[in-house]
Amino acid sequence: MDDLSRYQRRRHALYGWMLLSPALILLSLFAFIPSITTLCASLMSRGTARRPSVFAGLENYADLFADPVFATVVVNNLLYAAVTVPVSVGLALVMALWANARIPARGLVRCAYFTPVMLPMVAAANLWLFFYTPGLGVIDSITGLFGIAPVNWLGQPQTALWAVMAVTVWKESGFFMIFYLAALQTIPPDLKEAAGIEGAGRLTYARRVLLPLLMPTTLFIFVNALINSVKLIDHLFILTKGGPDNASKLVLYWIWEMAFAYFDSPHAAALTILVLLLLGGVAVIQFRVLEKRIHYR
Amino acid sequence: MKKILTAAALATGLMTAAATPAAAAADQSKTELTMYYPISVGGPLTKVIDGMIEGFQSEHPDVTVKAVYAGNYDDTRVRALSALKSGEKVQLSVLFSIDAYDLVEQGLVLPFEDVVKTDEDKAWLKSFYPALMANSHVDGKTWGIPFQRSTIVMYYNKDMFRAAGLDPEKPPATWDEMVAAGKKLTKDGHYGLMVPSTGYPYWMFQCFAIQNGKELMSADGRHVSFDDPAVIDALSFWRSLATEHKIMPEGAIEWGTLRQAFVQGQTAMMWHTTGNLTAVKNEAKFDFGVAELPAHKQPGSPTGGGNFYLFKNASAKERDASLALIRYMTAPERAAQWSIATGYVGISPASYETDALKAYGREFPQALVARDQLKVAIAEFSTWETARVREALSNAVQAALTGRQSPEAALKAAQTTADKLLKPYR
Amino acid sequence: MSAHRFSWDGALDTAGAWTLALLWVSPLLFAVWAAFHPPGTALDFASGAPWTLDNFRTAWAAAPWLVYMRNSLLLVGFILIGQLTLCTLAGYAFARFSFPGRDILFILVLLQLFILPEVLIVENYAMTARLGLFDSIAGMGLPYVASAFGIFLLRQSFKSVPPELEEAARVEGCSWMGVLWRVYVPAARPVYLAYALISVSTHWNNFLWPLIVTNSDKTRPLTVGLSLFGAPESGADIAVIGAATMMTGAPVLLAFLIFQRHFIQAFLRAGIR
Repeated sequence: MDDLSRYQRRRHALYGWMLLSPALILLSLFAFIPSITTLCASLMSRGTARRPSVFAGLENYADLFADPVFATVVVNNLLYAAVTVPVSVGLALVMALWANARIPARGLVRCAYFTPVMLPMVAAANLWLFFYTPGLGVIDSITGLFGIAPVNWLGQPQTALWAVMAVTVWKESGFFMIFYLAALQTIPPDLKEAAGIEGAGRLTYARRVLLPLLMPTTLFIFVNALINSVKLIDHLFILTKGGPDNASKLVLYWIWEMAFAYFDSPHAAALTILVLLLLGGVAVIQFRVLEKRIHYR
Repeated sequence: MKKILTAAALATGLMTAAATPAAAAADQSKTELTMYYPISVGGPLTKVIDGMIEGFQSEHPDVTVKAVYAGNYDDTRVRALSALKSGEKVQLSVLFSIDAYDLVEQGLVLPFEDVVKTDEDKAWLKSFYPALMANSHVDGKTWGIPFQRSTIVMYYNKDMFRAAGLDPEKPPATWDEMVAAGKKLTKDGHYGLMVPSTGYPYWMFQCFAIQNGKELMSADGRHVSFDDPAVIDALSFWRSLATEHKIMPEGAIEWGTLRQAFVQGQTAMMWHTTGNLTAVKNEAKFDFGVAELPAHKQPGSPTGGGNFYLFKNASAKERDASLALIRYMTAPERAAQWSIATGYVGISPASYETDALKAYGREFPQALVARDQLKVAIAEFSTWETARVREALSNAVQAALTGRQSPEAALKAAQTTADKLLKPYR
Repeated sequence: MSAHRFSWDGALDTAGAWTLALLWVSPLLFAVWAAFHPPGTALDFASGAPWTLDNFRTAWAAAPWLVYMRNSLLLVGFILIGQLTLCTLAGYAFARFSFPGRDILFILVLLQLFILPEVLIVENYAMTARLGLFDSIAGMGLPYVASAFGIFLLRQSFKSVPPELEEAARVEGCSWMGVLWRVYVPAARPVYLAYALISVSTHWNNFLWPLIVTNSDKTRPLTVGLSLFGAPESGADIAVIGAATMMTGAPVLLAFLIFQRHFIQAFLRAGIR
């Protein structure tokens, strides 16, 4: 009897491994192995034709912490995440609620919200560049109608990062809206009716019924938004290139600069590993929290 | 159910078959070259390059060339680096002229002295404008051959000049004249002058510095003079155009939209790359002129753009073929063709003697200004560790122009950073 | 509840939704404006500037758009099918099988979410070249096929399926794969739909990796064609960018407009059981 169940367990495990293997192989090839190579690279010094690379231990990491740009970039990214994540998640919920409500031209509205997701970033960022042009640009033309003076959105350190944040929120909210829309479909409509009968207004319904029901989705989108706040930097290349004077430089953009503009792979690798550790920590936390909160049947 | 599965399997199989590349038949007798090139001024220019390549291949039937459009200068650099590190076959590329120091340091490129053999080749090596060769020299050798080169010129709106009572055929030739003209032109919501400070701030700053008599870097790429009083004065002057003389808007002026601002009449004068010439010509609905940049202690303007580089890991036969290709692409006829199509400068005096460029220059004399300015042109900012040093300078310029730091403090900080970076090379 | 009774709530909703929609779509509207006007007047809203089709002609002539479109479609299709297959299998393994090291492996898989592919470009380039997949659709797509995101979603989805359904299927004599196909996959349909939408829109937009890993127009997707107009040295030609954006974006937007109701209905149908 024991043998039989052990045999079954082993067959069970083998089956699991087989199912997992194609994904694992690809992940190893394109994610794990390169990451390990990156880790090794972060421990070596920068090699040139004249001075070959030598083992440098944690020196690259120390250099990073000593660099004043490091502090600027980290603060920028933290601020950037602190604003874009809640705003895009909140907006996504509002959009989903509206896209789900009984309003005329609902299909067009949904399409409008999803449009930014479908435009390639090259095109979208260039369009926004012309939105932000001082005086001439679309934004300043409209505010000019109300007599407001033109603002150099991308060209001053005070507004550059916020201008970039706006583009991010614009691009991401529609993306997250889809998740909320899907989740909203699973909420039975009689709940709303029942709340109405009990005398609860829309806001109370939203707060007491809708939000708790949507919590798993919210958590999930939240972590996604957090990851994207580190990962998505394509618009920076076109909008500000991290300027003026590092005012809008984000971590991944700096990594890119170090690796491909400065030809400095070891420092880029070190920063990559740091970011990986930080986000990895966030992932583990999210995984644990989600597991506890979601009731699996 | 089974049908669905089989259909899905079939579809996947077909897709994968369509996706994997067919085995390429290797032709041993032909030399195969791969070349990456960037497109930095907009337009359907890949077709022009393709045409040139075809012309080359018909003259050299034993060579096939794969010219790969690789994005902008940054993308092309990434591409070249990745290819070389992974052992992909690539023999030559057009890369940023200022990448020379880094490419040499990484041991990726060959000096042309090692490849030119015949007297004809050596003469060809000397046939380019000296100003354009300045960025190619590292440690006494030539590492890059000019291909798409530009310089900064001043575009100005002749109609606005006329309206302000200025002579449209006499653009300002000195700083003082420019400020005076700018003051007359700044009215009704229009500015007199715009000099972009995003995109390539260090490049624009070189103009001010050289016009105030100082080159920002030494010829050997080991020293920079950011904190020289003349350089600080140059940056203060740039800042004063917005704060004191009020002929320029405050803050950083965006590179990517400046041409639009000029073409729509938001500014009467703009300093910009000659690479914009064709676009401005097509878009401006007004009479516009192109002038050399105004002088102060002396005239001057930096060059810019891309050079041909030869990569080390190429066989002898491939090197010879590459040299032939480069000679073809930089021959006067092709240089003229490329200059007319893009607005880049003709790279050799001979190119301006071709019928095509002569005719073009006659009907469109603005195109010749950049060439005339080559007499006083200087190399684009480039040193060892060039990207980091350049970044320090660009940040200083932007800090000063946005009022975050005084020009003196900003440049002194940049000098400290640069010295630290360059110390190992001295 | 009558749907036609006027309510302030409803009116506010409509006004709000429309305003936001207009805001959101404004860049695209600007692209349309710029596309139909000569480049010199792209930001000149007050002028009575002539409408022109020249930008479209320039944009059309600049690159082989139809080939690029085909490549984008192939790429997105390849990635999607690969992802759906691999992530289903992996999600199933994580959700319903126990094997040693399962939890650690899952955390490792999750880590892939944070692995920043842009920095791994040089290594991935080398790997792709080594596998002989350079300049091919497979080369562009393979690094993305094993998606931690997809695996996570499907694992979660499969875990929510009540075990009674599986037992019922077993009673009917289904094998493991049968159970997967009969019980789990249908149950996760809304997740598949949402994921497909996200995958398609992400990879439709992907630029840098396809640029680096391809050499020729035969394999390059749309985004590479668009980059021809984002010229850094001379500055953007917004009119042609607008035209190119419209040309390449219009079919996608139209498809979304037509199919979005099907999507939502599919979510709905799957939700109500």
